[in-house]
Amino acid sequence: MKLDSKIPQGEMAKKWSNYKANQKLVNPANKRKLDIIVVGTGLAGASAAASFGEMGFNVKNFTIQDSPRRAHSIAAQGGINAAKNYPNDGDSVHRLFYDTVKGGDYRAREANVHRLAEVSNDIIDQCVAQGVPFAREYGGLLDNRSFGGAQVSRTFYAKGQTGQQLLIGAYQALMRQVNAGTVDLYTRTEIVDIVMVDGKARGVIARDLVTGKFQRHFGHAVVLATGGYGNAFFLSTNAMGSNGSAAIKAYQKGAAFANPCFAQIHPTCIPVHGEFQSKLTLMSESLRNDGRIWVPAKKEDAEAIRAGKLKPTEIAEENRDYYLERRYPAFGNLVPRDVASRAAKERCDAGFGVGTTGLAVYLDFKSSIERLGEDAIRARYGNLFQMYEKIVDDNPYETPMMIYPAIHYTMGGIWVDYELQTSVPGLFAAGEANFSDHGANRLGASALMQGLADGYFVLPYTIQNYLADDISTPRMTGEEKEFVDAENEAKAKFEKLMAIKGERSVDSIHKELGLVMWDFVGMARNKEGLEQAIEKIANIKKEFYSNVRIPGSGEGMNVELEKASRLADFIDIGDLMARDALNREESCGGHFREEYQTEEGEAMRQDDKFAYAACWEYKGEDKAPEMHKEDLTFEVVKVAQRNYK
Amino acid sequence: MENNISLTLKVWRQNGPKDKGRFETYKLETVSVDSSFLEMMDVLNEQLINEGKEPVAFDHDCREGICGMCSLYINGRPHGPDDDVTTCQLHMRKFKDGETITIEPWRSAGFPVIKDLIVNRNAFDTIIASGGYTSISTGGVPDANAIPISKIDADEAMDAASCIGCGACVATCKNGSAMLFVSAKVSHLALLPQGQVEAARRAKNMVAKMDELGFGNCTNTGACEVECPKGVSISNIARLNREFLKAKLAD
Amino acid sequence: MSTIFGSSIGRKLLMSLSGLFLVVFLIVHLSINLLLLVPDGGQMFNVAANFMALPLIKYGMQPVLFAGFIVHIIYAAILTAQNNKARGSSKYASGNNTKDVMWASKNMFVLGLTVLAFLAVHLADFWVPLQITHAVDSVTIDGVEMHNTYALVNASLSEAWRVVLYVIGALGLTIHLTHGFWSAFQTLGLSNNIWRCRWTVIGIAFAWIVGLGFTAIAILQFAFYQ
Repeated sequence: MKLDSKIPQGEMAKKWSNYKANQKLVNPANKRKLDIIVVGTGLAGASAAASFGEMGFNVKNFTIQDSPRRAHSIAAQGGINAAKNYPNDGDSVHRLFYDTVKGGDYRAREANVHRLAEVSNDIIDQCVAQGVPFAREYGGLLDNRSFGGAQVSRTFYAKGQTGQQLLIGAYQALMRQVNAGTVDLYTRTEIVDIVMVDGKARGVIARDLVTGKFQRHFGHAVVLATGGYGNAFFLSTNAMGSNGSAAIKAYQKGAAFANPCFAQIHPTCIPVHGEFQSKLTLMSESLRNDGRIWVPAKKEDAEAIRAGKLKPTEIAEENRDYYLERRYPAFGNLVPRDVASRAAKERCDAGFGVGTTGLAVYLDFKSSIERLGEDAIRARYGNLFQMYEKIVDDNPYETPMMIYPAIHYTMGGIWVDYELQTSVPGLFAAGEANFSDHGANRLGASALMQGLADGYFVLPYTIQNYLADDISTPRMTGEEKEFVDAENEAKAKFEKLMAIKGERSVDSIHKELGLVMWDFVGMARNKEGLEQAIEKIANIKKEFYSNVRIPGSGEGMNVELEKASRLADFIDIGDLMARDALNREESCGGHFREEYQTEEGEAMRQDDKFAYAACWEYKGEDKAPEMHKEDLTFEVVKVAQRNYK
Repeated sequence: MENNISLTLKVWRQNGPKDKGRFETYKLETVSVDSSFLEMMDVLNEQLINEGKEPVAFDHDCREGICGMCSLYINGRPHGPDDDVTTCQLHMRKFKDGETITIEPWRSAGFPVIKDLIVNRNAFDTIIASGGYTSISTGGVPDANAIPISKIDADEAMDAASCIGCGACVATCKNGSAMLFVSAKVSHLALLPQGQVEAARRAKNMVAKMDELGFGNCTNTGACEVECPKGVSISNIARLNREFLKAKLAD
Repeated sequence: MSTIFGSSIGRKLLMSLSGLFLVVFLIVHLSINLLLLVPDGGQMFNVAANFMALPLIKYGMQPVLFAGFIVHIIYAAILTAQNNKARGSSKYASGNNTKDVMWASKNMFVLGLTVLAFLAVHLADFWVPLQITHAVDSVTIDGVEMHNTYALVNASLSEAWRVVLYVIGALGLTIHLTHGFWSAFQTLGLSNNIWRCRWTVIGIAFAWIVGLGFTAIAILQFAFYQ
């Protein structure tokens, strides 16, 4: 496998301009002759599909939900970063770029990140023009707030529903193109395979989730914007339907899967409280702006709280350990997510955790309420507080919230070059589905930025560079052998699942996988555990293919069948994550290997050995994948131990 | 355990759009009061699968009250007996031990049933496609701070824009009217200078599409805003009426 | 303009405007009826009634009034039929338990039918004898000969069953107005979070003034003017 990252020449700040100045374009008359398939309607998918449509391409856009507006981007709460420097606090494109590379623990590709920072400002302009109701000051100008991993306020927000508002903006742009006839929308339709013709991605096999029927779709290029694979852990902050199936299909067709072990564990989620639990709810990182994180300083207090004998409000100030402020005085409660998560785990493992399980820490708003008043806090976080109260039945205005880390975002994903093209020609990946911008840890409010950057401002350029050579490639009908074979193969897979007729529900096996992932491939990993995990996952795979029970038939809507086909792919992803984590003998960002830590328990990178993206190549069913390296070179950023003290 | 309750569920089952459908009754012996309503449904489905039966199909996704996917009509109310929540945020502590819970799909001519508790809400997308946007393409827009917008307008636009498109308004409306949904979008954009440019066209097109799709006429009962999980106000309907009549009179 | 009344909001606009027009009529009607309580043997009432029978009003205004009623009734029927269709053929087995919704708002058509039934009796009682058959005694006031409308009303309201009927009709109208009044302004778009409360309060006050006004006249006539 040859991995060419295609980074343009020139100095860092000019690479993107140079690229755009020299790339190939497709003229308007030819755009009409070209079809693009976009899979997914989240921020990246909807913005890409809308932009392609506006440019004049014919677009087919697919979503598994009933409407594009349901994509999980909608759940992002806190905000979106941009280097506007409106607050005049010293921000710049360079600083956003630098913070992002540093925040990613020096495992991202510099050129991509710089481009991301460059287009960040355009995103805000675009969204405002679409009517996204960002928060404003009384003077009528846009308001900003601060987020983890930055010392400037560069985060634009719309209450606690920024993702929702940005997605609705992109969704509306998309629906405008649907109305104009440039985009054909396929709802409740899942991609089950990618069709390769002469070594290029030329289409997809889709399954209508309502009828159970298979469809063949041709495209001159295929864009995957299918999000992350955090649901391999069963419990995560992802939506129930979020899955890694399209990514796995791409991988199986020859696209390299990069850094699968880089999964972000978000520090502020509502703790797990029972076996019946189906998902974890995130409390926005923005809460760390005004909330202070602590655990009891005395073990006996923690024990009394766990036993229900003591209330957090009864613990005196001097008996509280504000451990983030203690350990990281410079950033305090606003350290990056990986650091905050590990610090919480460290305290809980040491016996200071609270809640009935001991796996929780406090996020306390008492001092902010005293300082700013309850109304100000309500105006900022009212909906989050309400959400917390509905779930936990506790009033966070009076008693501190309980939080614990949970799987949230996957920085790893399909390997892409500078053009966001995978190692399969004609197959592109955007948003969380690709691996490119966040390295080993994503900073808060950067996911929305990346999704929209890819869809609005990167792919509309780079995809032309590819399609310019395709203007005389005629449309295929779907009757070609490659399409027919791919459909038959996909059908066979679903028939195989239906034929198992075992004893166990999909969820019960998924939960088993999730536990293995959390215990061995979660917040702290080690060699022995990862080796065990690979073995356990292999057993789960066997169990799945011999003992899963899917009621009903392949005809019509069958939710269990959908879940089963996604679980089959999660099992493969879990295996890949464990292998990657085992290979990466260092600690960086969201990946923490217990063997590699400083005496103070901070992550220890091994830059001499692991300054690369690990790109895994599929070698066939039940064969070990092969790892290729994309070496990361840092021209601008000075690689150093991350220091938030 | 005192944290568990037992329930009888009367659930609507319907094999497909053309099937007549019927209620089935199920018993659940142990349901934690801390679980969400949908987690209770998961428990039911696990039980059904283990009995070799087909699980109940219901729409759900984010399970944190924002995607708008979940859509159950529970004991006479869309999203059930709690206020300002979606079904996924409804918790079992709102129910009593031994209670019988009736679970139905949204019922409205505009939302035909697909299977069991899942309905087709594509009509909402079609309405948005008819004009629920600003007609600007990617790129070439002015700086975000070029036009100041009063905080009051921005906040009010945000309140209207917080609609999640779940359809509870239509489900509860005795007229099957989609006015709250349409008015939320028209208001959101009409309150902002960026949306003002084509406000008239938008109001006319969206109302025409809403009528064409067979939604009913608003009679201002206000049931929609009571059941709206995001508390979208019917003041937006007044604004839509204003925008629409203004646009029509200017023709 | 051509299609405005073809739209849902346009149809509602007709309901709103015709409703508000009928509200104005109610104000006029109630004002004149209050003259029934002036203890002058019906002189002032007869003069006012005679004024309302002038050709300009009889041939100029009455058709407009009838048109107002007819538009209001026909569109109520159309809207109700459309709304039932939009609701769909499947009903909720668990009913509707939405709280905080005014009962009147969900029963406007039924309340309207109550008012309509009352209206039929009311027209038969007074409008037919006064304007069609003229089977009414005459009286001369200030040299002008006119129908003794007061005597007709007074005689009608001497029968208890009719008084009860009128009270029921007035109550139906009151409840109809508690929702109808503010709803008309909402439909016109003349409402927001603040005005909505104001219109509701004004509407409820107006509804009860009208309702209690008519009720009081009927009861007082029955009890003290015979």
